[in-house]
Amino acid sequence: MDHHHHHETLAGTRELPMARSMCWHCQSEVTGEYLCGQCVKVQPLSKGLDYFACFKLPRLLNIDEQELERIYYDLSRTFHPDFYSTKDDSEKAISLGNSAFLNSAYRTLKDPIQRVEYLIRLEAGAVKDIRSNPPADLFEEILELQEDLESFRSLSSPEDSIERSELREKLQCAREHLEDRQAKMETALWEKSHEWDQVQTANSDPDEARDQKNVVLRSMQEILSNRTYICNMVKELLETTG
Amino acid sequence: MSRIVGIDLGTTNSLIAYMDKGTPRVIPSPDGKTLVPSIVGMTDNGLIVGDPAKAHLTRDPSRTIYSVKRFMGKGLADVKDELKYFPYSLHEKNGVIRIEIGDKTYTPPQVSAMILKELKRRAEEFLKEDISKAVITVPAYFNDSQRQATKDAGMIAGLEVLRIINEPTAASLAYGLQKKTQGLIAIYDLGGGTFDVSILKLKDGIFEVFATNGDAHLGGDDFDQRLVDLLVKDIAETHGLQVQDHSDLMQVVRLESERAKVRLSDETATTVVVELPHGKYEKTLTREALESLVMELVERTLAPCRSALKDAGLRADQIDEVVLVGGSTRMPLVRTKVAGLFGRQPHSELNPDEVVALGAAVQADILGGHNKEILLLDVTPLSMGIETMGGVMSALIRRNTTIPTSSKEMFTTYADGQTSVDIHILQGERELVKDNRSLARFQLKMPPLPAGVPRVEVTFLIDANGILHVTARDIRTSEAQSVQVKPSHGLTDDEVEGMIRESFQFAEEDIKARQVIEARTEANAIIAATEKALARASDLISDKENTEIQRVIQQLGETQKVDDHRAIRAGIAEVEKVTHHLAEVLMDATLKEALESKKVSEFVK
Repeated sequence: MDHHHHHETLAGTRELPMARSMCWHCQSEVTGEYLCGQCVKVQPLSKGLDYFACFKLPRLLNIDEQELERIYYDLSRTFHPDFYSTKDDSEKAISLGNSAFLNSAYRTLKDPIQRVEYLIRLEAGAVKDIRSNPPADLFEEILELQEDLESFRSLSSPEDSIERSELREKLQCAREHLEDRQAKMETALWEKSHEWDQVQTANSDPDEARDQKNVVLRSMQEILSNRTYICNMVKELLETTG
Repeated sequence: MSRIVGIDLGTTNSLIAYMDKGTPRVIPSPDGKTLVPSIVGMTDNGLIVGDPAKAHLTRDPSRTIYSVKRFMGKGLADVKDELKYFPYSLHEKNGVIRIEIGDKTYTPPQVSAMILKELKRRAEEFLKEDISKAVITVPAYFNDSQRQATKDAGMIAGLEVLRIINEPTAASLAYGLQKKTQGLIAIYDLGGGTFDVSILKLKDGIFEVFATNGDAHLGGDDFDQRLVDLLVKDIAETHGLQVQDHSDLMQVVRLESERAKVRLSDETATTVVVELPHGKYEKTLTREALESLVMELVERTLAPCRSALKDAGLRADQIDEVVLVGGSTRMPLVRTKVAGLFGRQPHSELNPDEVVALGAAVQADILGGHNKEILLLDVTPLSMGIETMGGVMSALIRRNTTIPTSSKEMFTTYADGQTSVDIHILQGERELVKDNRSLARFQLKMPPLPAGVPRVEVTFLIDANGILHVTARDIRTSEAQSVQVKPSHGLTDDEVEGMIRESFQFAEEDIKARQVIEARTEANAIIAATEKALARASDLISDKENTEIQRVIQQLGETQKVDDHRAIRAGIAEVEKVTHHLAEVLMDATLKEALESKKVSEFVK
């Protein structure tokens, strides 16, 4: 597995993810392609490769889904184990590993929320220490709803049916309110996504851009963690009140 | 690269198909039948498989195994509710069901291997070449253990299983290839024992599965059972006979129920006739009556359809085409319900019995490197995870994730100097471990260090067959660790190897049984032909000759009942000898007739 170490040393240079390395089979030089130019053997994806680079896409949040799918289908035709079943075991293993990575990459990038989460993880470092508590107003609202849910669950005897249906209505109303709030958060997240893309594509001073990026990443992280609270609550409400 | 065949290993019937110049074709038996009943009979002379075994079912039910697919990859507790329906006894060893026949026991993969061998033999005879590689289909909703058991069955049968492919997706390959369809399609596959639904997108040769769902325990067998229950009750009331106490009669009722169900797809009423020890039982059944019996079962298929749509992020009206697969979709009630759910008439132009095997042949062609246009991207049907504190399952790979896929997890120790960590792998959608399926367990070795210091990374990889592979690596030393995974409901590698050896030993007995069957079939054919010839030509031969011929065919009729192929062969030779003159006479007569009617030109041709 020597080629892996070789790649790892290059992983820092993110702009060149498929940088020069040697074909695992014929030792000839492979430059950024998935198949060796000499012996046409499939090459393992480098360990430092991120999902955006795998798709040869810039690290932007607004992605044309049609284009993403087209690249995914193309790369699937390159890597899928179905096309390697007559090849030797090394090639089979590489195709399996590459294919598994490609599928994870596509699943993540296809979903707009997961895409943002992934970008934040990639750019980590700067945005590691974000508090994970929801803001006070949301926190109180959730606590109150938890109490109501608790009493709703305890009302099971037939004589409680009126009280139960009243509470159900209240909880359903609260759920609609939360769903509304979730939609607003998502709108805010898309605005931030555009902001990120603007900073990323602008030709500004690298240090200044880094600061700007961190600000955007932080606010996206905050929206995402608040959204998680709401999603979980909505899920619980749906499961309990139907 | 030797040829790869496609096999549909079904609950009630199995088929084998191959690719003939770009067109998938099912391989028929010499008498033109494409379906091999998935039934295995153990006779005093060895094994019989398929149609002969089906005949054996009512003669010797306790030594005839059917619907073995229901037991694949399972423990006894999984099938306890239906044990009463099966005429043979089962027990469990090492988490695997064992079927007891006489003083021998068989695992479900061994029995499936017997069916696979019969299919293999059929293909070898038809194609006149050795067959050693296959693609085998499984229900999409099969879990890891059931897939592994199917792969084991292939190995025991002497087949290299290049791919386990999902039945509905196989059907979509055959359908897509023939119809050149593009767009969103739903495959509704209701077979003998299992139900699957898959939602796919077909675009430029890529078959991308978005979601799959199903019920690995719902199919035509269950419809039959409802009818059987009704008839058994009715026979008890009208004739005072407890059918369940007579296993042979029970099988007669079961087969008659199946036939009646099939007839009611074309007719609105039918009569079931069962010969009882003391008289005949007759019952007229209407399609309506059958429908009300199975309504609840058919409706049970709709919830998985809705779940699959939801997971695919689609509404029913966005689906462009609905395709029906599996024999049970011939029922008008099923068609009505499916049409109602999707708001459109489902397609049923392709033979629902054959389309899965045809698709397997297409996939075999792809794997053989002969088709670079088509690529199938399938998903894993169930979430896979591990047991965590408090008996809760933590999902690592979600259901409907495109395969191959992998997930990495880091493990460490809780106590100083701890040298191992036990890991329990599960599959299922429920919160608690006890509600999910236990797949396997393994022990991870840890270096003896202070608690929390060791770091071992485990990779859970689901391959393109939907089968899990586990590898581990110590992060500190970068060293790979071999992982011995112990399946919860599967055979170990050693057991499979033992069974492969055993299956070669059985082969000799099987050949004997086969020779008897072939000789018997031939004997019956020659008796029928001779009787027909006698009827036509009795006035052309002497009374003496006539009597002699009558005598030898009657004798052969007796001989063929005995399980001795040599004696039957000798009887056939005798008949051929005695009827030699008759054949000549008939030939002359035919020739004369032909010449007289002046169709000389046609005759010469």
